[in-house]
Amino acid sequence: MIEARDLTKDYGSKRAVDGLSFTVRPGIVTGFLGPNGSGKSTTMRLILGLDAPTRGDVTVNGRHYREHPAPLHEVGALLEARSVHTGRSAHNHLLALAQTHGIPKRRVSDMIDLVGLHEVAGKRSGQFSLGMGQRLGIAAALLGDPKTVMLDEPVNGLDPEGIHWVRNLLKGLAAEGRTVFVSSHLMSEMALTADHLIVIGRGKLIADTSVDDFVARASQKVVVVRSPELERLRTELAGPGITFAAAERGALEVHGLTAEQVGDAAASAGIALHELTPQQASLEEAFMNLTRDELEFAAEMEEAVA
Amino acid sequence: MSVIAPTVRLPRLDVTGRVAFHRILLSEWTKLRSVRSTKWSLAVGFLLTIAFPLIFAVVTRSHWGSMQPSERRGRHPLDIALAGVNVAQLAIAVLGVLLISAEYSTGSIRSTFTAVPKRLPVLWAKLLDYAAVSFALAVPAVLVSFFASQAILSPIQPLHISFTHPGVARSVIGGALYVMLVGIFALAIGAIVRNTAGGIAAFAGIFFVLPPLMFVLPQSWNNAISQYLPSEAGRQVFALHHAAHTLTPLTGGLVFAAYCAAAILIAAVLLVRRDV
Repeated sequence: MIEARDLTKDYGSKRAVDGLSFTVRPGIVTGFLGPNGSGKSTTMRLILGLDAPTRGDVTVNGRHYREHPAPLHEVGALLEARSVHTGRSAHNHLLALAQTHGIPKRRVSDMIDLVGLHEVAGKRSGQFSLGMGQRLGIAAALLGDPKTVMLDEPVNGLDPEGIHWVRNLLKGLAAEGRTVFVSSHLMSEMALTADHLIVIGRGKLIADTSVDDFVARASQKVVVVRSPELERLRTELAGPGITFAAAERGALEVHGLTAEQVGDAAASAGIALHELTPQQASLEEAFMNLTRDELEFAAEMEEAVA
Repeated sequence: MSVIAPTVRLPRLDVTGRVAFHRILLSEWTKLRSVRSTKWSLAVGFLLTIAFPLIFAVVTRSHWGSMQPSERRGRHPLDIALAGVNVAQLAIAVLGVLLISAEYSTGSIRSTFTAVPKRLPVLWAKLLDYAAVSFALAVPAVLVSFFASQAILSPIQPLHISFTHPGVARSVIGGALYVMLVGIFALAIGAIVRNTAGGIAAFAGIFFVLPPLMFVLPQSWNNAISQYLPSEAGRQVFALHHAAHTLTPLTGGLVFAAYCAAAILIAAVLLVRRDV
């Protein structure tokens, strides 16, 4: 469980995180979504106490991260920025972390095997590829068998097999009742793993909702309808806030009505329908709709600067 | 071919401990021994401590016959035995800075402070580990330098000095103590500056640039001020003879230790306050 209240962080005159309040619950995968530079990594650093908030507060499993007597058993974190000494081997990196909590050496080998770094465990981590570095970071996060797992862009640099592995891992961890908080700037990635979404833009909370609700809320009501009497149907459906777009031949795209409303209207007018398809916006579209304002603002700023 | 990935299960951890200082000490020891810079710096420091006295002893012995009496009077066996300390301190200081600055340059400090979010125990553990390892290496190094240089100088009667002669044992062990304190001071500087180049530059500035600058001052000012510089005060720990304008070994050692304590204090305050 992660609870943030009015979390705010300024770096000089720049506000990176702006009054964020949210709760990340156990037992599900919560996606933390936002464009690059929206404050996701900063929020995670605030959660871990690496940075101190300018205002507000955040607790993990009921306490400030710093107050936990055994933090690695509470939270396992993978940060976006590299957090390994390049001259140290994967094994020694994990061993040094494990030793702070008295975690046995066997656990270090187990984690190395789990993430598939067995053959390179003795190599200096500076020679690792991006994907291997991510695997090492994930091993470090899981070392303490933590109640809460927090991963910043975990699939970055992973091959398709690795991405698949991470998705399964996250779902498995949530199924065991752990709190899983995972950030991404890719909506499509979240669609495949997350149950719940916390969306931020420019440091502010945009949405805190289930994935299903998020799509339903952000997508416009669009229905594709096919009928031999399209013109009459169009007259029947016309009303304020309702627009039509031409679809393929013999079909019509109705904006502003649900499939039920269109079907009922057609039935009461005695119009035969050959197709009635609600068009759900993709997650990526929903995300774009929500963050459009932020992005437009950013684009304007860029133009102004250029 | 379609691959159905099995559900990934995280093995449970049956033992759960909490963060404790002895564990952080062990963790920092693992970090200390598991990078190359440690081995290199310590080996260089150890070898230089011994090599310079041996070279000086050999040179002195071979040239003794051709030296003027005044030049002979200027030779002192302890200066020869502890000549390496002045050189080794640089290797020890560089490693001291690196032990913390490299954590910032590589980002591993984030892992470190995620495991030990209270932060301060990490600083204490680093200092303690490094003090222990540098002292443990410096003691045999200065003992070897002393007895080996004495053995080389054995044909030259005026350069004989016994380990039991008053002040000699203190000076020799003091050389090791000085090296250890230099390491501590440098580590604290590294924690304050958080940057390798900056940390080494700060150390070199304080130890190698500041003292000669004092000669620009009037002699009386120089004498009054120089003795309180960290390098000059610290040097008294392993100096056998003392001039009127230098501190005693004990006072000098305490002054240098006070500089170390001040640097550690600043480092500790900043460590807790600053974002990582």
